[in-house]
Amino acid sequence: MQDARDAQMLARNSEGRLVRRPLSPHLQIYRPQITSALSIFHRITGVALSVGTLLMVWWLVGANTPRGYALVAGFIGSPVGVVLLFGWTLALFFHLLNGIRHLAWDAGRGFELPQVHASGWVVVLGALGLTMAVWIVGVVTL
Amino acid sequence: MNETTRNAQAPRVAVMRSPLARARGLGAARSGVGHWWAQRLSAVALLPLVLWFVAAILSLAGAGQPAVAHWAAQPVHAVLLLCLILASFYHMQLGLQVVIEDYIHADGMKLAALLAMKAACLLLALTALLAALRLAL
Repeated sequence: MQDARDAQMLARNSEGRLVRRPLSPHLQIYRPQITSALSIFHRITGVALSVGTLLMVWWLVGANTPRGYALVAGFIGSPVGVVLLFGWTLALFFHLLNGIRHLAWDAGRGFELPQVHASGWVVVLGALGLTMAVWIVGVVTL
Repeated sequence: MNETTRNAQAPRVAVMRSPLARARGLGAARSGVGHWWAQRLSAVALLPLVLWFVAAILSLAGAGQPAVAHWAAQPVHAVLLLCLILASFYHMQLGLQVVIEDYIHADGMKLAALLAMKAACLLLALTALLAALRLAL
C-alpha cells in the first residue's frame, strides 16, 4: 500500500482472502447500456408496483360494498385509471420477467455478455408482448 | 493461476481477526444472507400468484360488484388471494428497504424512512387481508 486511501479499497472476499476491491465507474461517465438500463428499470418498476398496490387494496376494500366498488370501477374506467392500469401491467410483466432473469443469475446461469444482452431483449420484448396480449384479450372480452 | 501466485499478488494487511469473528459479524448488513434469501423465496412464490391474479382480473373485467364478491368468496380464490397479498407486501417491503438503504445515507433519516415504509406496508397488507377475508366469510 502506497496511499492511505487504498486502505478503504481493501476487504476480504467470501473466502476470507484479502483482496483489493474494484472501483465501479461513476454513473455520469458511464455509457448507458441495456444491462445498466434494465437494472435501474427493475428498481423503478418495483417502486411503481409498490405504489400500484394502493389500487389493489382499494379494489379489494371497494369490492365489499356496491357503492365502494362503483367508485373503484369508475376510477379504473376513467382515462387516468386506464393509463395507470396499462402502466401497472407493463411494469408488472417487466419486473416479473426481469425477476426470472435475476433468479437465473442467482443460480449462476446466463452470465456471458452475449447471453446477458439476449436475455435483456427477451425481457423487454416479452413484457411488451404480454402487456399487449392481456390488453387485447381484455378489450375483446369487454 | 495456482494458489501460490495468487497469494503472492494479493495485498496483505495484518489484522487480528479470527474466521469466527468474520462469521459472527454477518457482513456489512449485519444480517447475513437472510434478506437476500427471503427476497428470492417471495419472488418465486409471486411468479405463479401474480400470473393467476392477472388472469383473474382479466376474467373479471367489466363485472359488477356481486360477481367480484362471488368470485372472491370461493375458497380457492380466497386462499390464493391471501397468499398473493402476504407474498406481495412481504416482497415489497424487502425491496423498498434496499432502495431506502441505498439512497438515504443519514442514519436518522434512514431509520425514520425505513420505519415509515414498514408501517405503511403493514397497514396496507392488513387492510387488504381484512377486505379479502370479509369477502370470503
